[in-house]
Amino acid sequence: MAEILGEPGRASGVPRHARWVRISHWIGTVSILTLAFSGFVILMAHPRLYWGDAGNDLTPALLELPISRNYEHRGWDQATPFFQDAASPVTANRTYDIFNQNGWGRSLHLLAAWCLVLPGVVYVLAGIFGGHFRSHIWPKANELTPRLVWRDVVDHLRFRIPPARCGPHYALLQKCAYSLVVFVAAPLMVVTGLAMSPAITAAFPLLLRLFGGFQSARTIHFFTFIALLLFVFVHVVMVIKSGFRRQIRAMTVGE
Amino acid sequence: MKMTRLITRRRAIITGLASAGGLILTRYPKDLPPTYGNLLRMGDTLTYAAHRALLPRQSLVREYTPKDITSFPATGTTNPGVSAKTALGDAYRGLQSGAFGDWRLSVEGRVAKPRTFSLAELKKLTSRTQITRHTCEEGWTAIGQWTGVPLSLVLDAAGILPVARFVLFYSYDDWVDSIDLLDALHPQTILAYGMNGRDLPIPHGAPVRLRVERQLGYKSMKYLRRIVVADEFDDGGKKGNIQNGWAWYTGI
Repeated sequence: MAEILGEPGRASGVPRHARWVRISHWIGTVSILTLAFSGFVILMAHPRLYWGDAGNDLTPALLELPISRNYEHRGWDQATPFFQDAASPVTANRTYDIFNQNGWGRSLHLLAAWCLVLPGVVYVLAGIFGGHFRSHIWPKANELTPRLVWRDVVDHLRFRIPPARCGPHYALLQKCAYSLVVFVAAPLMVVTGLAMSPAITAAFPLLLRLFGGFQSARTIHFFTFIALLLFVFVHVVMVIKSGFRRQIRAMTVGE
Repeated sequence: MKMTRLITRRRAIITGLASAGGLILTRYPKDLPPTYGNLLRMGDTLTYAAHRALLPRQSLVREYTPKDITSFPATGTTNPGVSAKTALGDAYRGLQSGAFGDWRLSVEGRVAKPRTFSLAELKKLTSRTQITRHTCEEGWTAIGQWTGVPLSLVLDAAGILPVARFVLFYSYDDWVDSIDLLDALHPQTILAYGMNGRDLPIPHGAPVRLRVERQLGYKSMKYLRRIVVADEFDDGGKKGNIQNGWAWYTGI
């Protein structure tokens, strides 16, 4: 098993990235970038976030993102109430065409989701049964002492980044970050994504109850995306700081 | 240290690809929408086939209580009589001036007794009232109460034939779209003539609109005029949503 014993002839004898890990890494890279791009396109059609089940231009927003000039056309006809009482919900006609051409964004998002989730399931099964998660990704109990965690945090804050070992022997915070991405953020993205599907929530209403409604799931989907974006940023910075060429070689040709 | 693993990488990949492909290939091709050689449409078809293969067939969407009803934007066409400078727009304006007394819904195609329904005739059929969430593809949602007649009752009244596979809808704002028979016969798929306890307002599709609760909002076509039962997929030509870059199946 090359991933543990290392290649004969490698002077240092440190293990290298297994081929299936390298393949998974780049499938993940391409599909996550595609998901980020198409997800942003989808968001631009309605850059307002809400909590609960319902939210639209005639109800208050939790957060409004300044990311789409197109959306700022606004313009609504006089609102008319549905019922007699003062607090009645209203309806109003949108007076402009939203010039919305994002049908392809949603199709691409779902296509990229398939390309991430199907290999992702293989990756997770291989990681569990092949021991990769246990030996490389999941932090060990004796590593997780406050003293060691604190030392690693301070090292990172001072930018004391050790040169790349170019293999799956990760540092403590690195393991924590990878564990959060693989076991928390990625599953949360999938499940909040499914919670936005009218067909899937009809079959599994628990999904809506879990997150407190469609719009809550959409908002959590967005903030988890922001967290993943931060991860990707830090990840790339660390790759550059620890020796970009060697790291790229290690994750592609596996040397 | 050679050991046999239960799940090898290669076996897992092959099994995964085979089952995904099988979802598409095991369906009768005429039961699937065309992909036009477009990768995005192929992805849509994979999602559609997976939903139909894996999800329970007639599960109901959540229904809410009257106090959950929210404000409801009217988007897209808000009055075909004003926005469409066409024969259809003129016809709609005429119907509107007669309070839709002359409106007729034509039901034709693969049915034993092609016929029309007036608004009064639709209202005589057993009605269904449901408070559901409208999920717009743009990302907003709104909760409203819809009253109407289940599409399945209308199709039964026209004698839908066993060869039927799809149901097409034509509107006064000149759109064509379709749903498969599973969604057409779903208990919450209704032809709605009432909204929030009143007649359906013009901005929301008067006199009758479709409600397809397990798909995104744009499948719930407003301003209905004609229903055609088909035995194979029909993309509706240039007026069809799928020809204009919109996914045909939007249960996503």
